[in-house]
Amino acid sequence: METADALSLPKTHYLNAEYGIRSWLLTTDHKRIAILYLVSITFFFAIGATFAGVIRLELLTPPGDLVSDDTYNKMFTMHGIVMIFLFLIPSIPAVFGNFFVPMMIGARDLAFPKINLLSWYVYVVGAIFTLVAITAGGVDTGWTFYTPFSTVASNTNVLTAAIGVFIAGFSSILTGLNFIVTIHRMRAPGMTWMKMPLFLWSTYATALINVLGTPVLAITLLLVAVERVFHLGVFNPAYGGDPVLFQHLFWFYSHPAVYIMILPSMGVVSELIAAFTRHSIFGYKMVAFSSLAIAVFGFLVWGHHMFVAGISVYSAMIFSILSFLVAIPSAIKVFNWSATLYKGSVSLDAPMLYALGFIGLFTVGGLTGLFLASLGLDVQVHDTYFVIAHFHYIMVGGALMGYLGAIHYWWPKMTGRLYNEIWAKLAALTVFLGFNLTFFPQFILGYLGMPRRYHAYPPEFQALNVLSTAGATVLGIGYLMPLAYLLLSLKFGKIAGPNPWKATGLEWQTPSPPPTFNFDQTPIVTKPPYSYEQQEAELG
Amino acid sequence: MAEVASPQEPPTSHVSQTPHVPSEPHLMHHFDDMEQQREAATLGMWVFLITEVLFFGGLFAAYMIYRVWYPTTFGVASRQLHLYSGAVMTVVLITSSLTMAMAVHAAANGLRRRIMGFLGLTLFLGIVFVALKGMEYYHEYLEHHIPGHGFQIEGTDPNHAQIFFSLYFIMTGLHALHMFIGFGILLTMMYMAWRNYFSAKWHTPVEVAGLYWHFVDIIWIFLFPLLYLVDRHR
Amino acid sequence: MWPRLFPLFPERASTMAGRVDALYFFLIGVSAFFIVLIASLVVYFTFRYRRRQRDEIGRPVTAGYTLEVVWTVIPVLLTMVMFFWAANVYFSMASPPPDTLDVYVVAKQWMFKFQQPGGQREIDELHVPVGRAVKLTMASEDVIHDLYVPAFRVKADIIPGRYTTMWFTPTKPGSYHFFCAQYCGTRHSGMTGEVIVMEPADYQAWLAGGSGEGSMASAGEKLFQDLGCITCHRPDGQGRGPSLQGLYGHQVQLTSGQAVTADDAYLRTCILTPGGTGVAGYQPIMPSFQGVVSEEQLLQLIEYIKSLASAAAPTTPQGERLGPRPGETHQAQPPQGSTPKTPPAPKKQH
Repeated sequence: METADALSLPKTHYLNAEYGIRSWLLTTDHKRIAILYLVSITFFFAIGATFAGVIRLELLTPPGDLVSDDTYNKMFTMHGIVMIFLFLIPSIPAVFGNFFVPMMIGARDLAFPKINLLSWYVYVVGAIFTLVAITAGGVDTGWTFYTPFSTVASNTNVLTAAIGVFIAGFSSILTGLNFIVTIHRMRAPGMTWMKMPLFLWSTYATALINVLGTPVLAITLLLVAVERVFHLGVFNPAYGGDPVLFQHLFWFYSHPAVYIMILPSMGVVSELIAAFTRHSIFGYKMVAFSSLAIAVFGFLVWGHHMFVAGISVYSAMIFSILSFLVAIPSAIKVFNWSATLYKGSVSLDAPMLYALGFIGLFTVGGLTGLFLASLGLDVQVHDTYFVIAHFHYIMVGGALMGYLGAIHYWWPKMTGRLYNEIWAKLAALTVFLGFNLTFFPQFILGYLGMPRRYHAYPPEFQALNVLSTAGATVLGIGYLMPLAYLLLSLKFGKIAGPNPWKATGLEWQTPSPPPTFNFDQTPIVTKPPYSYEQQEAELG
Repeated sequence: MAEVASPQEPPTSHVSQTPHVPSEPHLMHHFDDMEQQREAATLGMWVFLITEVLFFGGLFAAYMIYRVWYPTTFGVASRQLHLYSGAVMTVVLITSSLTMAMAVHAAANGLRRRIMGFLGLTLFLGIVFVALKGMEYYHEYLEHHIPGHGFQIEGTDPNHAQIFFSLYFIMTGLHALHMFIGFGILLTMMYMAWRNYFSAKWHTPVEVAGLYWHFVDIIWIFLFPLLYLVDRHR
Repeated sequence: MWPRLFPLFPERASTMAGRVDALYFFLIGVSAFFIVLIASLVVYFTFRYRRRQRDEIGRPVTAGYTLEVVWTVIPVLLTMVMFFWAANVYFSMASPPPDTLDVYVVAKQWMFKFQQPGGQREIDELHVPVGRAVKLTMASEDVIHDLYVPAFRVKADIIPGRYTTMWFTPTKPGSYHFFCAQYCGTRHSGMTGEVIVMEPADYQAWLAGGSGEGSMASAGEKLFQDLGCITCHRPDGQGRGPSLQGLYGHQVQLTSGQAVTADDAYLRTCILTPGGTGVAGYQPIMPSFQGVVSEEQLLQLIEYIKSLASAAAPTTPQGERLGPRPGETHQAQPPQGSTPKTPPAPKKQH
């Protein structure tokens, strides 16, 4: 057992191996690129959260009295675009995937380090276009860009925003491509697929979706842009085009996109639960295959966004039944994670709090998805606050909690420092409570009939909206806290050492922070993942 | 047992070491050997090509849907395209795939001049293709078939015909863009061949460039009948 | 007291509302069960198996396949129950009963225009009698809108370029909010109104006191004459176009050999597509009225055509001869848009 005094930071590691801005902007080290992404997406999270703040403030009172209706429409549009395309989609893969995929498989870098750097630059260019769209007056089409409003009727910066998202999409494609090739070809000797940590399975499944789905979004946005500029008729009914065709093409990507946003978090949760119960995940194979099942089934359900959009009753039924089936692998994961707690050695460190919070909130989000898959019920709740509550439970209660859990778990490895555990636990609790207060009332609002994207609403909806805004304030505080104590830990935090959590996994076999090339020599893997008994035997 | 591992060295007790591979001129630091590097490069290109299939796929889907809805109009509009030009272009592009395959073969045998020759021939044929496409576009401009203001067509619903032409220009335009990217790749390969980069032992970039070129060819092989050969039997 | 202060669901004011709510409560029940189950297990296990010593590891637990199968099969069965139940409800929503009160809706940024068959027009308000099934046929003048009446549990998108329908049978007199539920621009959240359900007697009174604009069908008849439709579509069938007597709801033979039903969407296509839809035995010379008639006028024309007395649908062309006259070579005429543009035929929604 190492005491704090015996530990010090390694002399050279990836952060101090080279100095200067050029060494960062021209780096091909996957770890530095991960940090570049971390900084960028945190910036955009702040912007997206600011828009959310305006939305919640406006919704405190029934009339639209804080901002004008055009401004409000831009707020929810840009909140969606920024949070989805510039924060959630990159988040875990671009930060933790980039940092830890090579380390977890025992490699010195990803398969294509220069393409990795390129993917960050592509993200930045896409993000700049989006920022330009925001600052030049905003976009008001909703993040879903439905036609013909977006191609014909909107007089905001649709083109710039569409181009921004189009470009950012290529960043996802390149990252996904890199992960697929890396996982296929660069696993250390002895690391068979069944010896991979579950985070890699989720990352792989996510990469598959990235690679197969994002190009369809790209071509759809390209068509929207071309139609808008040249006044074509591909989606415009006045020229014989079909606005519903846009919806099919858009959702063909955007539904799998939600699995891009949740699968990595699920992978993180698997890692956290294994680490903080100190034994293997129950049903490892089922959890691994369920990630693949989600990726595959996720491509078959896009029509469930269109049950009231004029599709035939029969195709609606097919999409509905498939939507129920896609929920099953997620349920299997939740059961397996819960079962992992049985006979584990459970420790409620901050990352574990986030993991357990994820289980609770994701379960609510997933179950409410069944409400939406239910045809007769979806008619009532489609395009209402019920949908908003559902996807925020998954995206914020699920994906974002997973992201925060990942930050807290791997912070010591990435920075060599430990953060203040008490503040971390407090922040996790604040986030959990604030989140529920914000979004649970919205389920009720939705069934009562409050539509989404509404700037003003009938007075009978006010009480629930006030509750929701109160929760949002608490939630905001919960997000600011980590920003503070994590940054402070860089200067004042205790030295972490190579493996503060005593977890298994190749990433913990390196110093904290790791050297630029991760491993001096390629490790050989002989043990299954999460072999705590062997670890205990070896440590005596 | 007291834990006395020094802070810098992580416990490595259950991970054994392999010696690092001796250096090769083209081996990148993060790969263990040339075989792994080659396999990674090829798999990477295949994955990229799959993304391209999905990219064009969205356009093909939109095209197929409107073709089913407006078959007559699409037939009339398709017959306005320049069939002979399209046919010649198809032959030219398929031939360029042949010359590309010959270039890869030459690379596998380390024949520097032959590599450059075949790459150059491929590039030439590609340029012929794009030039013919440009001439077609010019003729379509003269015939007022460019969608937007000034679009005119006889004998069928102009709105639906505009949808055909919009998709035609976007699909062939996107394809032509990929050809231009291919030219850049070919020129880079030619430069690398000229600098004697390739050998029988290592010529992966040429292989990978070949994959890309064949893919661009295949896209055209789908585009041509879909766009040019609608209702031609009537 | 509680439901009034903290309502958890809207009033039930239609025949479907109870069915939708029942489904909702079933799902809430199942969800609550699983949330409580998972939460309790997590809390219990976390406490029971909390780490008691530093560096303690968890005990190995071999995964039992039985357990995996059980907790896969049970959710599948439960979800299939949900699916069938919900699909049943949805199917009913898509099947209006016969003999509905047909109301026409035209949505535009940012208002709903309602027109009753008798001609009564309303903006952002819809009066209907209690106990009678009402079918809405909806069109949009610009972008996608949506009509949503929470108390009736009905909702359908209104898509430009086609007709969508939905139906409901109100069960309680009163005034019920409706909302536009598809984002449509600046005043999307202002695009709301009320459905006012009245006792049948009151509804009749309201109808009688309405504006004297005349019924939709009579407005349509006027348009039919003003726009010159009557010159080709003569009732005696002697014009260049087919007679429209008894056409609505019957089959039409097209030049391509296909037979289609002359419904709302078909008629709309005929009027808007240059050359018409290619009816067998007639030249495709009908001009397009795109841009000449508004969505409302289209609906009025359709109501008029519906009202034309049922005679046998014309099966042989009695108009101009088609085909070469003796001595002439056959001139190939490309049939115009041989399939009517009903990409999806009007989706009969609730």
